[in-house]
Amino acid sequence: MKQEAKLLLGLGLFFALLGIVYWVWSGENGGGIMIVAGGTLGFLPGSYYWWWSKRMPTRPEDDPNATRESGAGHVDAFPGTSIFPFVLGMGAFFTVLSLVFGMWLLVPGIGLVLWAAFGGTAESRRGGTH
Amino acid sequence: MTTLTHEHAAASHGDHGHHEHHGPRGILNWLTSTDHKVIGLSYTITSVIMLVIGGALAEVIRGQLANPNGHLVSFSEYNQLFTMHGSIMIYLFAGPFAFGALANIIVPIQIGAPDMAFPRLNALSYWLYLSGAITMLLGFFTSEGAANFGWVAYPPLSDAIQAPGYGTDLWIGGLILTGFSAIFTGVNICATVFYLRAPGMTLFRMPIFTWNLLVVSILILLAFPVLTAGLVMLYADRHFGTHIYSVAGGGVPVLWQHIFWFWGHPEVYILALPFFGMVTEIIPVFSKKPVFGYKGMVFATITIAALSLGVWAHHMFTTGVVLLPFFSIMSLLIAVPTGIKLFNWIGTMWGGQIWFSTAMLMAIGFVVTFLIGGLTGIYLASPPLDFFTHDTYFVVAHFHSVVMALVLGGMAGLYYWGPKITGYLLNERIGKAQFWLLFLGTQLFTIPQYWLGLDGMPRRMAIYPNNPAWQTANTWSSVGAIMIGISTLLFVVNVVVSWKKHPAGDNPWDGHTLEWFTTSPPPHHNFYRLPQIRSERPTWDHNHPEAKALGHGKDHSA
Repeated sequence: MKQEAKLLLGLGLFFALLGIVYWVWSGENGGGIMIVAGGTLGFLPGSYYWWWSKRMPTRPEDDPNATRESGAGHVDAFPGTSIFPFVLGMGAFFTVLSLVFGMWLLVPGIGLVLWAAFGGTAESRRGGTH
Repeated sequence: MTTLTHEHAAASHGDHGHHEHHGPRGILNWLTSTDHKVIGLSYTITSVIMLVIGGALAEVIRGQLANPNGHLVSFSEYNQLFTMHGSIMIYLFAGPFAFGALANIIVPIQIGAPDMAFPRLNALSYWLYLSGAITMLLGFFTSEGAANFGWVAYPPLSDAIQAPGYGTDLWIGGLILTGFSAIFTGVNICATVFYLRAPGMTLFRMPIFTWNLLVVSILILLAFPVLTAGLVMLYADRHFGTHIYSVAGGGVPVLWQHIFWFWGHPEVYILALPFFGMVTEIIPVFSKKPVFGYKGMVFATITIAALSLGVWAHHMFTTGVVLLPFFSIMSLLIAVPTGIKLFNWIGTMWGGQIWFSTAMLMAIGFVVTFLIGGLTGIYLASPPLDFFTHDTYFVVAHFHSVVMALVLGGMAGLYYWGPKITGYLLNERIGKAQFWLLFLGTQLFTIPQYWLGLDGMPRRMAIYPNNPAWQTANTWSSVGAIMIGISTLLFVVNVVVSWKKHPAGDNPWDGHTLEWFTTSPPPHHNFYRLPQIRSERPTWDHNHPEAKALGHGKDHSA
């Protein structure tokens, strides 16, 4: 966890310095804001990981001498198959097409998005498919 | 929902649980699967189809340019052709192929993970990519035709007056969809690499390919939201009466260029780094050596990514409103980590027992072609030279040397990992023929264009002055393009010819990394067991217990 934090904080620090140098030197606001915002994208998750890395035991994946057994136990829950990513994707597709081919496409578009939202949540509650 | 646990039998195999997977078959499997291997394969097939479509457009462009007064297409069709060729290749082939296709399949396996961290989000990424691709291509079927302002869409060329057609709106909409798809993939890869590594797989033991994909994912998260925001503003300018990019209402057209290239230059590295990673996996395996300078490679990757955020305006030197010294220095600095990479690739091959398989030939072809593209990039980073060559064929040739190197790298990846994905080897004889056509065709295609650019031929022109020297150079360039086209067809032929012919076995290349430890193709959730991970090449350590472990893989505590 500490290595991940260092990577993100390092990038954040670099972008912050780069952004300040660029902004002061060029006086161009668009690029200055974009680089500094890029810095925050390093700092936000980086400081979160740093905070946790101080408060948790070393994970087996961070321990160079970890044995295979140290990873025993719960890994994560993975869904089996699910139709809802497809439904949500098609909902987004129709919504974008409605910008060109007419607003009526919003009906299937938003309908599919809502179906995916409710259906996907219900599927997770049921414990998903296998 | 399958809850995975590491189960441990007395034999202490690092199990990911024994369960047979009984999912739906056929089209329903394609629609509903959340398995990263199925999604990755969908990405691979879709993006190779996009490569073929974009390549077909390129052949028409080169057919038009083979003569000074070509009559193959009209001027307006030519504008659509070069716009859609660039858009398809960048947005719909190179990016999705780089971080959606092989990355999706290989990254979780390389770190010993059972799947991506968010499998359903991963499936959503694919569906957004596919629908974005269809949306963009639908432009060809509208009355005014597809987008026709170049793949960079500079206003005012892309505003409602110059580009009133629906093709432009479809282009914007398709790009927003694929942009979200990329962002979701970036989130997914970051979370997977941070949270799902196998025990002992510390960050500094990850294969370079996975490292590069991690860094690429961070770059995606930095760059793609900017593009999406810019596109929404472009759409608002076109339809909602805002004047963000139009001088008439007090807007700034150059702002689009800043936003576009703030995405666009990191995007070049988002495209390139995954292929760097593929080549860095392939060269050590076929040189029978560990990678030379592992940490230098990681450092170079991170440095390239960090610097890439500060170089965007080198595409805008001739606008006259950017800070030339800053962008010139930053752009020249990128040559340093890139040079480290080239040095390390050569260092890896140096003194190795090189096995010239198709994958290795493609990888070496990548290194040579990328060297040409990279060196001419250093010219363009210098403002005086850029003023002279901007918007000429020199830029086109530089760019195509780089991206054709990536095509060589991608083909190397397909020949290297294809057997892992399908379980069957590809034909080496056809593969080598494909390599020579692709490699020589690429050089024949780009080198005349360098000369044409230096001689002043502008890009994006359907006709050119009737100058015999220019015509000869253009004809050779077109011959090169045809060779590249034939080589791509040879790949398709190869897939058909060697379909289920020669079983690959688990580890046909004596590979180093974890994907060669599992079966070909890997089972649902990837592993029946894992080896003990003690260095950056666990599979090789397991297969060669007599060899000494690598020193530098040992002492990185969390």
